[in-house]
Amino acid sequence: MPGQGARSSVLVNSTIAVSVRHLTRAFGDFIAVDHISLEVARGEIFGFLGPNGAGKSTTIKMLCGLLMPTRGSGTVDGYDIITGSEEIKQNIGYMSQKFSLYDDLTVEENINFFSGVYTVPEPKKEARKEWALEMAGLSDKRGALTKTLPGGYKQRLALGCAILHEPPILFLDEPTSGVDPISRRNFWNMIYEMARAGTTVFVTTHYMDEADYCDRLALIYRGKIIAEGAPNELRKNYMTRDVLEIEADHLVEAMEILEKQGIETAVFGSLLHATVEDAKAAVPVIYKTLGESNIMVRRVDKIVPSLEDVFVTLIEKA
Amino acid sequence: MKLLRIKAITKKEILQIWRDPLSLAMAFLMPVLLLFIFGYAITLDVNKLTTIVYDADQSSISRELTAELTASGYFTIVRAAENQREIDTYLDAGKARVAVSIPVDFAKTIASGGMAQLQVLVDGSDSNTATIALGYLSALMDIYGQRVTGGRSSPLIDSRVRVWYNPELKSRNFIIPGLIAVIMMVIAALLTSLTFAREWERGTMEQLIATPAKPPEVVLGKLIPYFLIGSIDMIISVLMAVFLFEVPLKGNVLILAVISSVFLFGALGLGIVISIVAKSQLVASQVAMVATFLPAFLLSGFMFAISNMPLPLQWFSRLIPARYFVTVLKGIFLKGNPVRILVFDAIFLLFFAVIVFIVANGKFRKKMV
Repeated sequence: MPGQGARSSVLVNSTIAVSVRHLTRAFGDFIAVDHISLEVARGEIFGFLGPNGAGKSTTIKMLCGLLMPTRGSGTVDGYDIITGSEEIKQNIGYMSQKFSLYDDLTVEENINFFSGVYTVPEPKKEARKEWALEMAGLSDKRGALTKTLPGGYKQRLALGCAILHEPPILFLDEPTSGVDPISRRNFWNMIYEMARAGTTVFVTTHYMDEADYCDRLALIYRGKIIAEGAPNELRKNYMTRDVLEIEADHLVEAMEILEKQGIETAVFGSLLHATVEDAKAAVPVIYKTLGESNIMVRRVDKIVPSLEDVFVTLIEKA
Repeated sequence: MKLLRIKAITKKEILQIWRDPLSLAMAFLMPVLLLFIFGYAITLDVNKLTTIVYDADQSSISRELTAELTASGYFTIVRAAENQREIDTYLDAGKARVAVSIPVDFAKTIASGGMAQLQVLVDGSDSNTATIALGYLSALMDIYGQRVTGGRSSPLIDSRVRVWYNPELKSRNFIIPGLIAVIMMVIAALLTSLTFAREWERGTMEQLIATPAKPPEVVLGKLIPYFLIGSIDMIISVLMAVFLFEVPLKGNVLILAVISSVFLFGALGLGIVISIVAKSQLVASQVAMVATFLPAFLLSGFMFAISNMPLPLQWFSRLIPARYFVTVLKGIFLKGNPVRILVFDAIFLLFFAVIVFIVANGKFRKKMV
């Protein structure tokens, strides 16, 4: 359709890959995404963090042209997200949260299909296929039916199929959910490589430990962005209090005792994290309180807060 | 529209069909099975009617008449009754559908040039069979009467009735071509009714609509493989009609192929529309079944003449593509009609195909909700 989805000339050569203002989506009475505004620069890995149901997938679907926004506006790769959604689809790669390639096709047949649908030119086709197979580590499994692949391989194949047409922007919706830690690592290495080659990566995740892989982050909670910035900025700007790491016996009991003293604590594996106003003042108090209850404390250290600490604090404030 | 995309979608669809041999076998067995069942089950011809004869005359002429009934092939004499009462019991019990009672002075009356009387009783609980049986009997009696009287009592008007297009009045000849139309309508819509719904159910639709593939490319890409299957089904049906049911195929096979293709495209498109709207395989297949079978069976004129229907139903029948295809198939099979006569029905089928294709494209929105 001529005229529709015309690329805004201001943004064609711009350094902005994604830009949205007051993006909102309601499902009946439920507001899944509530006036979100954000900008993603070209070439950056942008992490969209939040718990399940926070509105991550809804946002990504609106950006990819799969869902109409209820309100708000924006552009992706210079195309309007409302009138230019079909142009956007040609210029992005999208990997959905749920594995959605064809289970009853082989690895190679899936690649051929998407390569055809994205109209990868014939001379390039073979090379792109080999590249995708290589990248996903599936060269020796090209003839295998997709349903027989383990989860990690499926994710990599899905990524491979999403980038056959070398899109400048890549949208990944929870690409590592349900994948083992080693596969997750490998997957992030692939994302890094693509970003280094100039691709913009917009990725959602609910794994807080993955946040540090991103250049910039937005934290979304109940449909609203509650914080935005580089990982270190978030730690510095939003974490005004200190975090102490406590190694002690009887963790649960220790946690209850400290909570009674008004000290916020949370269990992190075999350790406790306590959030306090001032580390120096709090350390002796902790030793003393737990000692009185006959709980052996091995060490209390002030640590750099993890993004999870930041997130927990922000949610408590929200 | 890009050919490359249509090709990719068609190829994918063919692979998926190929990987599902059970459904593929069903697709080819269905027309064979349906034609077989309906072709043999639905017959309006009446033969081997169970008949009881009470011959009170016991003359050579009455015996000759009885033999004539058997020789016609339409009647099977199950009992030579010994008295009139036996006839009643046989008809009541349904052991005989027809009873012929020859009076005592039957031969004598004929010999003396009088009008001999014959009592015929027919079980009217199946009125269709009864009417046909009566027709056969009176025709037989006319011929027989002429013969024994040596053409003496010739009627005033000698009408020489000839039946065109189906001279033997074999009901199979007009049922089978219509049946093919009904079966193809149902099969075609069923075939495609699953395609879009399956992708929604399996979640693969999300990835497909995230690609730049345009609705007509997806619809066409998905339709083409089923068009091939449908064409093979059509060929199987026509071959069965000609070689198994011995229906004469008088018309041009090429014309048959062209109009069938147009019809097939429309019927497949209807299945696609249903699939797009339903989004669930179960619902889609059931809707496709009901929406095609009932109208095609009842209102296409395949069994029940449209001209005998109440006016509103007659108007409604004009919306049913099978109606036009039934006319086309009967015309080509039995009459050998030229294009000139078939063109009206063909144009409607084309119109239907185009409308359905446009609706399918409009209904297929590349959004999640």
